[in-house]
Amino acid sequence: MTGQSSPLWEVFVRARRGLSHTHVGSLHAPDAELALRNARDLYTRRQEGVSIWVVPASAITASSPDEKDAFFDPAADKVYRHPTFYEVPDGVSHL
Amino acid sequence: MYGNDFAPPEDAPGGGLLGEVEAAEAALREAAARARRGAPAPDEDVEAYFTDVIDADQKIEPRDWMPEAYRKTLIRQIAQHAHSEIIGMQPEGNWISRAPSLKRKAILLAKVQDEAGHGLYLYAAAETLGISRDELVDLLLDGRQKYSSIFNYPTLTWADVGAIGWLVDGAAIVNQVPLCRCSYGPYARAMIRVCKEESFHQRQGYEILHTLAHGTEAQKAMAQDAVDRWWYPSLAMFGPPDGDSTHSAQSMAWKIKRFSNDELRQRFVDMCVGQAEVLGLRIPDPDLRWNEERQAYDYTQPDYAELMRVIKGNGPCNRERMTHRQRAHADGAWVREAAAAYAAKRAERKAVAA
Ligand SMILES: [Fe+2]
Ligand SMILES: [Fe+2]
Repeated sequence: MTGQSSPLWEVFVRARRGLSHTHVGSLHAPDAELALRNARDLYTRRQEGVSIWVVPASAITASSPDEKDAFFDPAADKVYRHPTFYEVPDGVSHL
Repeated sequence: MYGNDFAPPEDAPGGGLLGEVEAAEAALREAAARARRGAPAPDEDVEAYFTDVIDADQKIEPRDWMPEAYRKTLIRQIAQHAHSEIIGMQPEGNWISRAPSLKRKAILLAKVQDEAGHGLYLYAAAETLGISRDELVDLLLDGRQKYSSIFNYPTLTWADVGAIGWLVDGAAIVNQVPLCRCSYGPYARAMIRVCKEESFHQRQGYEILHTLAHGTEAQKAMAQDAVDRWWYPSLAMFGPPDGDSTHSAQSMAWKIKRFSNDELRQRFVDMCVGQAEVLGLRIPDPDLRWNEERQAYDYTQPDYAELMRVIKGNGPCNRERMTHRQRAHADGAWVREAAAAYAAKRAERKAVAA
């Protein structure tokens, strides 16, 4: 291949109306329009989707797996956010 | 079926394998939901953490720590798998223009296009391990990495397209279904996608052979001839016998590989016997017979000396396949250049307009 290779794109497909877009894989393409067309040919040959997003992989900032615990720690000690934390007195319904 | 990857051989051939793919997919989700193992603690040994994740049947993801040998093994395996899908388009591509009907032509086109797609899913999975697409393509083009030897055999008649679908895609499925449970997340997910598509490949091949085998005497003879030529090379697709297989033990420990070459080969033989009977075609092995004690078929091993010869580059079509691939890549250079130039021009205009 001559010159630098075309950039990497991450592909997200909405399987059906009402569902959210889900990451399905990645591909190389020189620009967004071709990335979209390639994504259609590569990831929806069997009508797997009704909508596609392509995002330049370089535009994604990811949290690092090493700092995962520390990063998500603040949520760990807030059990009172879950309804199961609360005791419901006997005889109470619709709560 | 979770935890015991395979259904017993008496299960319906196609349906059973698809069921296993779905079970693998369900297991992947279940393992992700179960035992929520966070990142290693600051003072925890990363290697122990890696082993923990694998023991829990969870997935290693691209940015996790992994042993260098694990990464290298996976890059090699996934890349060679991708190369096989790409080179694998050639033997059947040879028949697209000569398919006997418009329907068969459309089906074969779709099948070959799928194989291109498989190659691309797999290249993308390999790239998550830190190797670039260009490097991967170069490894194939200059022969530093191999592709499956099966594609170095010629497709002489239309029946070969049927035999490839039934036997070659069939063997590939038996090999690949356990990979849906591979410990490396991107590879496992790519394999789930691939396996779901493969079952159409196997069935269209089987249907071609079934039609021929129930046609004229000449058509039946053509089908039999194709099975005669593709049977042993298909058995060889599972690789050397367990005693000679070098990477197996480590790959098993890492849960990259789940079954030995011989186990998978046996499974394939057991599956094929009944399918051949329905076709009314003979498997070219005079020593093929049911072994009551083993509850499996005894069969003749493929010629491993021949396999080694083909791997070393001396099969019937090695040179042709490589030359074709190199030429196709070189002929496509202007398209890649034009697309890059167009993208650059548009980006420039956008920058000026902004
Ligand atoms: Fe494939
Ligand atoms: Fe296939």
